[in-house]
Amino acid sequence: MTDAALQTPSRVRPLYWSVRRELWESRSVYIVPALAAVVVWCGYLLSAIGMPARRIATLKLDPVHQSMVMGQPFVAAHAAITLAVMIVAAFYCLGALFNERRDRSILFWKSLPVSDLKTVLSKAAIPMAVLPVVGVIVTVVAQAVILLLSTLILVAAGVSAATPWTPGFVAGEGVVLLYAWVTLSLWLAPVYGWLLLVSVWAKRAPFLWAVLPVLALCLIEKLAFNSAHLAHLVGDRIIGSYDAAFVTASAAELKARGGMPALGLDTLDPGKFVTSPGLWLGLIVFAAMLAACVWLRRRREPI
Amino acid sequence: MASIDARGLRKAYGSTVALDGVDLRVEEGRILGLIGPNGAGKSTALQAMLGLIPYEGRLKVLERDPWTERDALMAEVCFIADVAILPRWMKVRDAVDYVAGVHPRFDRAKAEAFLARTTIKLTSKVRELSKGMVAQLHLALVMAIDAKLLILDEPTLGLDLLYRKSFYDSLLNDYFDHTRTIVVSTHQVEEIQHILTDVVFIDRGRIALNVSMEDFESRYCEVMVGPDHLDAARALKPIQERQLFGRSILLFDNADRTRLAALGEVRTPSLADLFVAMMGATQGAAK
Repeated sequence: MTDAALQTPSRVRPLYWSVRRELWESRSVYIVPALAAVVVWCGYLLSAIGMPARRIATLKLDPVHQSMVMGQPFVAAHAAITLAVMIVAAFYCLGALFNERRDRSILFWKSLPVSDLKTVLSKAAIPMAVLPVVGVIVTVVAQAVILLLSTLILVAAGVSAATPWTPGFVAGEGVVLLYAWVTLSLWLAPVYGWLLLVSVWAKRAPFLWAVLPVLALCLIEKLAFNSAHLAHLVGDRIIGSYDAAFVTASAAELKARGGMPALGLDTLDPGKFVTSPGLWLGLIVFAAMLAACVWLRRRREPI
Repeated sequence: MASIDARGLRKAYGSTVALDGVDLRVEEGRILGLIGPNGAGKSTALQAMLGLIPYEGRLKVLERDPWTERDALMAEVCFIADVAILPRWMKVRDAVDYVAGVHPRFDRAKAEAFLARTTIKLTSKVRELSKGMVAQLHLALVMAIDAKLLILDEPTLGLDLLYRKSFYDSLLNDYFDHTRTIVVSTHQVEEIQHILTDVVFIDRGRIALNVSMEDFESRYCEVMVGPDHLDAARALKPIQERQLFGRSILLFDNADRTRLAALGEVRTPSLADLFVAMMGATQGAAK
């Protein structure tokens, strides 16, 4: 090494390269959501049988119901990709700080000047930042392809492919998607924090350590007090982000839509979301769990 | 400046004492061999120096406290824990990119030049490489880092003789430059003897021997004597005696060389012989 090189150390970006490293290792982060989109397309193509006839019936409805019926495949695509991303995020978090100890590579990572804080942040960035971006992109692509397929099928069958959707409405749907993905991550943050904490702590079977203690506590609460507050809390945390971030539909309305909540620009409720104690409590718990992850990783050895 | 300065370094795992009051000072520019039987505390000592484990006692590495100042320390210290820790899913090129992206003292050109002399392909994954090639890759990454202190914990474990030899040759010829300090622990004493400047024997958490190689060569000698001189040689209090082809080899610490020369051929023992003499005795006593 020359003196010149010593005086001008090369620019390093530990956080950036650590996130890239995570993506090299966990390719499921983008492959699984993409596969979910492919599955949705296959399902949509199968539904194409008889679609022109159904579309002729739909076109006789009023614009509001037309929009609802035509929108169903798009809502289904969004739901399927959301589920895929949540599953990928959960398994990613469970392995993030466990696999490096099992394969002993933690000793290699610790031989480099990347602090435990940066390592934990880079791993938390996958469910909190990378996966929402993947979710938005894959959902938009999946929905665009569905629109293209439906147009091709209908035109080939000689049926009008017209929809009541204006360009403004489509752009609004993009905003809804972005909002849905961002609020989902923020709402799920303490879940991801818990999974990362188990990942850095467990010496084996992180999945069981993440799930069984929670189930056991729910069971104890049920037996001791015949109540289910914890179960509701956990359930609300896992599937409650829409209730927290959107105007909630009445039960009757939900039933009319076949259980699918309507997401539209008029249903966004950012005011309710940012003022809900659940969001902020969750984020505080998330931060505390990340701090615990940093503390524990400092003291962790290969297993 | 001392690269490593340990006073009363102690580490216990539950009731098992891994390090029992180690005093050790390693000056800059030395190559120290840390040699001891399995479970002697070698790895524990190195882990403490690297800030991987908490410890009791005083320890300074490059003037820093390894436990509380680990993040700053790791910019100047490199280590190879053993050959099996490079992540198996990583591509060789990604490994080079990653280290270049996080280490301010990494010289990419140097790493690539070293790799070009091997048969390692940049597109291979670590899982596809042989054990020897993984060690070469790790060495290529580490040698391209301008570190002040390099710590090697059993770096050649499980490698064949050719890879072991080329590993230490590269280290000495392409890396060591008298401003760096290297600490290496190994079982393969005889292969590293010629590269060391200092040697420490460690046994059951304590330092059993701490000498420079010059002192080692002046202090220890062995004499091969025939049966007729055996009693005279034994009278000079050898620390060990062994048989070879019907003759006796006696190992002495600080003996009068002129008197020994009269009894037989005097030569410097190998580190391995001294190790066996010192550790074999204590191991035997333990059993």
